[in-house]
Amino acid sequence: MALDKNGIAQRIAQEMQDGYYVNLGIGIPTLVANYIPQGISVEFQSENGILGMGPFPFEGEEDPDLINAGKQTITALPGAAFFDSAMSFGMIRGQHVHMTVLGAMEVAENGDIANWKIPGKMVKGMGGAMDLVASADNIIVAMMHTNRAGESKLLPECTLPLTGVGVVRKVVTDLAVMDVTPDGFKLLERAPGVSVEEIKNATAGRLIVEGDIPEMKL
Amino acid sequence: MINKVVANAEEGIAGVKDNMTFMLGGFGLSGIPENAISALQKIGIKGLTCISNNAGVDDFGLGLLLQGHQIKKMISSYVGENDEFERQMLSGELEVDLIPQGTLAERCRAAGAGIPAFFTPAGYGTEVAEGKEVRIFNGKPHILEHAFEADYAFVKAWKGDEAGNLIFKGTARNFNPLMAMAGKITVAEVEELVPAGELHPNEIHTPGIFVQRIFKGTNYEKRIEQRTVRQR
Repeated sequence: MALDKNGIAQRIAQEMQDGYYVNLGIGIPTLVANYIPQGISVEFQSENGILGMGPFPFEGEEDPDLINAGKQTITALPGAAFFDSAMSFGMIRGQHVHMTVLGAMEVAENGDIANWKIPGKMVKGMGGAMDLVASADNIIVAMMHTNRAGESKLLPECTLPLTGVGVVRKVVTDLAVMDVTPDGFKLLERAPGVSVEEIKNATAGRLIVEGDIPEMKL
Repeated sequence: MINKVVANAEEGIAGVKDNMTFMLGGFGLSGIPENAISALQKIGIKGLTCISNNAGVDDFGLGLLLQGHQIKKMISSYVGENDEFERQMLSGELEVDLIPQGTLAERCRAAGAGIPAFFTPAGYGTEVAEGKEVRIFNGKPHILEHAFEADYAFVKAWKGDEAGNLIFKGTARNFNPLMAMAGKITVAEVEELVPAGELHPNEIHTPGIFVQRIFKGTNYEKRIEQRTVRQR
């Protein structure tokens, strides 16, 4: 069965390593924080200016001067630090942040990503997404494999305006885990009960299938 | 000590004119110069270019200046959450320049730091890079971006002193220190204004040299855009 959003987040959390500084985008990526494996210390960066972001506050303890990049009220964990936006993107461009997880509308088989604009329909702006994808070596996309119309979001080429070129390293969807390689999407794992055939049918870009593809362990 | 104190927002914004370029601090509604925005709304100047990460919401923040059609052009990284903004943009009343958030921050910082331009990887290969010089550094393409220029910067701090030294609180810091450095005239509004000497020099985020005018703001609403809580 295909994963739900929490399942995708849970699988991505397995990519975390001890000592990682991680930037989580809005949507599914935010859920990753709920599934950090036991015994691993990671710290979350939010690009509006905090390292050491904690969970949402208890009711009555919300602080308008303490929000994340999604403008949600948050808390600061012991050891947290605040900083201005130039320093924040210094951390990002300077590759001090080890991993970035973000959502996408389309990912191409060469690692191009589109997630900020639908011409004539939605123009909200890219926020920090272009800086994030251009800067880190470890960009993981969390998204559903197909859009609401059932069309593949994993394409030979993006059709929407790009956020970055050749930047995505890994894609985790409700159906599969794939690495982005010079030859296309390399299938690494299947969602529990999902067949390779189903994944092939839902992937418009080039999909590389070598040997037996194991199921994800959640 | 050079005293930078003015009485209120009206004195703070003195000298602003139609068609000027302003920087306004804040991320979402956090750390926005509420008093300066109200004062700009009241005097009704028009044709403004506003450099601000966001454009407020319909009835608060920069949304107030959009309502009165005071803004000609917005330079921002993210402008969702504002229906009037979208309407004015789609109808062509409002010019909009969307730029990556880190580039926006650095263009402010560069302006204040005497750096006319810089190369960044952000936006390479996208429509943001159209018409911009590309150079390869360490095997990776970068695009040329220029420092901003702004007639005024309006910033909001938590505490400030008579000398214009500023301390920010939490994530309300965001673009404020960078814009403070960049404005030809920087106007700081603070929740707490104290005599020089009361803020410890070790704890100053923005030194007073960057601030031309400072005043104690009033009636801060400090609205929360996305109130999210967890259960006890």
